[in-house]
Amino acid sequence: MTSTRTGFGRILVFVYGVFALAATARALVQLATQASKAPVAYSLSLFSGIVYIVATWALATDRRRVALVTIGIELTGVLVIGTLSHPSDIDRASVWSDYGNGYGFVPLVLPFVGLWWLWHINRPQRPMLG
Amino acid sequence: MTALQIVLSAVCVLLAVWLVVLIVRDRQPDDYLYAALGLLEVGLVAQLVIGLVMVSGDHGGVNVAAYVGYLVGALVILPIAFVWSVGERTRSGTGVLLVAVVVVPVLFLRLHQLWGAK
Repeated sequence: MTSTRTGFGRILVFVYGVFALAATARALVQLATQASKAPVAYSLSLFSGIVYIVATWALATDRRRVALVTIGIELTGVLVIGTLSHPSDIDRASVWSDYGNGYGFVPLVLPFVGLWWLWHINRPQRPMLG
Repeated sequence: MTALQIVLSAVCVLLAVWLVVLIVRDRQPDDYLYAALGLLEVGLVAQLVIGLVMVSGDHGGVNVAAYVGYLVGALVILPIAFVWSVGERTRSGTGVLLVAVVVVPVLFLRLHQLWGAK
């Protein structure tokens, strides 16, 4: 029985989980220690963390519609924030700033991989990779 | 990076190679691999203790919350990866461990950068 959490999905859920933890923890530290510096950017940071948390949960529990919506928001977020933000704003950065440059551009690649995975798993059943 | 971080990074590289070999040959991790992961985790606990001592002393304006965050992150990633990995005993389950041992040195790099930015 295929699910969004089996096979390649097992690795994908873990990577999403790492980013959920990284983005949320980063935002909480920013908001707790220097909230007045850039409240909008840090709130955005927290928003991205929450998006990753929901996407992780949806992929881990095979909720495909929720996964699709959250990964869609994630893709929009990294493209919009990536275009609007500048590399010089290091102090005010979120995971999505500069297309995720501070995270090896994984935040830019991840939503595409997520969407591919959802598309792949929704196709008519075929033998799957372990 | 500290000497401990360099040693632990080397262990991560060795573990990554080991895991790639297991994935390519479609073999399941054995007790030796789990023992090596356990040893790495012991090293990460030591790093947490050393790190906490460092930030509690004269740290010259390092972002303590962020620094401790990365220390704790490095500590929890292997146990979480282990639990998630054994839920599916396939190549993908082993792949989860591979992601974890690749992420740990990245966290070391961040710790190093944070300490240098003081």
